[in-house]
Order: sequence, then C-alpha cells, then structure tokens
Amino acid sequence: MDVTVTVNGTTYERDVEPRKLLIHFLRDDLDLTGSHIGCDTGNCGACSVIVDGVLVKSCMLLAVQANGASVETVEGLSEDGELTTLQQAFNEHHALQCGYCTPGMLMSSTALLRENASPSEEEIKKALQGNICRCTGYWNIVEAVKSVAK
Amino acid sequence: MLLREVEYAKPGSIAEALELLAANDGARALAGGQTLINVMKARAASPDMLVDLNGLEELRGIELAGDGTLTIGAMATYSELMVSAEAKARPILAEVCATIADVQVRNRGTIGGNVCSNDPTNHLPPLMVAVGARMTIAGAAGEREVPAEEFFLGVYLTAVGPGELLTRISIPAGKKDGFAAVTLGADGTCICNAAASVNGAVRVALGCVDAVPVLVTADSADGVADAVRAADLMPPSDVHASREYRTHLAAVLATRAAQEAFAR
Repeated sequence: MDVTVTVNGTTYERDVEPRKLLIHFLRDDLDLTGSHIGCDTGNCGACSVIVDGVLVKSCMLLAVQANGASVETVEGLSEDGELTTLQQAFNEHHALQCGYCTPGMLMSSTALLRENASPSEEEIKKALQGNICRCTGYWNIVEAVKSVAK
Repeated sequence: MLLREVEYAKPGSIAEALELLAANDGARALAGGQTLINVMKARAASPDMLVDLNGLEELRGIELAGDGTLTIGAMATYSELMVSAEAKARPILAEVCATIADVQVRNRGTIGGNVCSNDPTNHLPPLMVAVGARMTIAGAAGEREVPAEEFFLGVYLTAVGPGELLTRISIPAGKKDGFAAVTLGADGTCICNAAASVNGAVRVALGCVDAVPVLVTADSADGVADAVRAADLMPPSDVHASREYRTHLAAVLATRAAQEAFAR
C-alpha cells in the first residue's frame, strides 16, 4: 500500500505491507533508529512516538494507519543540533544509564509537558507509567522532568 | 515481531465496514489495536483482513441526553472518556479508564475494543454489567440492542456476531457507582475486580472469576459479601492467584466497590 507519512517535518512516500508496524517503518524503511524496540509486546514504551499530537506506542500501530499523519520521533526534538531544555535536563540529572529507554522517556515527557507545563511529581510518575527503565533509573528521570516543570 | 500477512481496509462508513466484515470470513475489526495487534504478534489471532474503524467519526462521539442517558461511541478512547464533559455524568467511567494500563494505551484503546475483546481480566465488562449498559450492535439486518448482562458470552466472545459491529453503548443516569480491583502493579492487569452500582438495587459485577462478568445483587453493602459467597464462584487458579484466594478477593472487592458506591 502506498502511504504518505510526515516524520519530523519531512514527508515520505513509501509502499508498505499492511502487516508492517509503525516502529519497523520508522527504523527499517526511514532509517530513523532513535525509537527503540524493547519488548515488542506493548509494555515497555521504548517505541513511544507522537502521532498527530497523540502519544502512542509505535509497536501497536500499523504503518498504514499512519497514512496522512504527522509523526514526531526523538530525532525531531532538538533543533539545529541544539538539545531541548528537557534533553539537557536528562543530561544534567544523569537521567539515563544504558539509554535504551531514553527516547521513549523523552517522548512521553514531551507529551506530558505540552499538556501540563507544571506537572506534580505524581503526575510525572503517572505520565511515565508506560515507559519501563530496565536499569531502574526512575528517580533521576523524574528529577529531570521535575526540573523542567514550571 | 513481524505480523502474518494481512489485508488492510479503511472503510469510510459503518455500512462499508459491515460489508467488508460480512464479505470476508477472516476479517476482524481493528479498533484501538492495543490488544489485537499484540495477539497478532503472538499468532493467537491471525485475521486475513483488518477493517480499521479509526476514522469513522460516527463511532466516536460521547453524548448526554436530557434524561441523563449517556451514549458513547464504540471508538471513544479511554483518554477521551477521561476528559469528556458529558462522561462526567457518570464519574466512575473516567475513574476506571484512568486506571487502565498507561497513557499511550489509553490514548489508543477504546471502550468498544475493551468490551468486545472480553478478556475476563478487562475492567469495562463488569462495569458495563453493573451500571446496566445497553449495547447497540449493527449488522446487515440493521441495529439491535443487547443489555450488557447478555452481551458477554464467553472468553473473548460477545453477542457481536460475524459481520456485525458494536456501534455504541448507552448508560442510564446515575452516580452511585464504585470499582475495586487487585492488580499486577499499579494500573496493571486485574487479578480480580468488582464494579458496583446502587442506583436503585445493589448490583455488583465481578471480573476475573469466570468467563463473563458475574452479577450478584444484595439489599445493602453489608449483604454483598454473603451474596458473593452464595454465588458459588469457581474462578480459575493461575500463577497470580489460587482459586481460593481469588474467591476470597471477590467478596472483599465486591464489598469495597459497594461501599464506595454507597458513599457517593
């Protein structure tokens, strides 16, 4: 099937099989390997991306379902090589250990902060519930998001 | 995981969706996909065609009638129910939806998908039975309405037959509801759950104890535990809970849910 998907502002036209998951389309067809596959069962959130403004796990969406949509991935966060305030906060607070969950954590935190610029600690934790950090480095991740909250 | 090869169709109307489902034996409706895509990965389901209901605006709205009846389109997501001004007419809906999985799943997962998958550990089947919801099913012959008590037929099985679709759910007015669950981690899969509604009679529907929600009635919150025991539940044993423990949980959670409902 022919699909047209805009990812981080660039429009791509591709012929994809309906069975292809969005995460595989992003990683294999577009070579955007920032979004990770952690569990492949919809639990870990490493593949989280924002589709038409809505945070989703891209392993539970078919690529054809993103036809006509605008997708944001971790590669699209920084502008001109300049890290966002949130990304800098992750750096400053040592909010990543192995880094595998980080793209998903950043997308979920970005979605949260767009909706709620001043989330409480509880709201941050609730917003990151769908993202698992296997290093269990949650404390510093929450600290990083808190530091950006207004 | 690569899915098995599958055809994909995105109908522009309910009528077109029904035609596609009726014309293809192996076709399955794709709602939020938060269950179906995963069971397809595991090959637990292998539909030949996915009929994508996303984009059918006629399945989406949440409306509140003058008499307090809430009508919810089958494709309303948990996140939409959580922020809907209309859905606040029955506050338990948003409260329970807020405890389903996580933000990403709530953004895609739908009320229709939750009830139509009828996984015995799902939150919404017992809630729909407790509040006395009515399910509208569309098919080639037109629409029919089925009470929630008769909607759930077995594990992963509902009154929605081949070539049919659940289109909307209507819920009568009322506020005195409660819900209690023991889950695997915060907002995780239910080990046992109970939904209660005391708008008139005391109705408690139990989840995770049988293939379909088990409805018990009582005269008061104090009588609920005895009513659950009298139901002679035979819940399954699994790695999370033995039959005995789940039976015990059922009485405890039913009482908690009823107390919450009475306290409103």
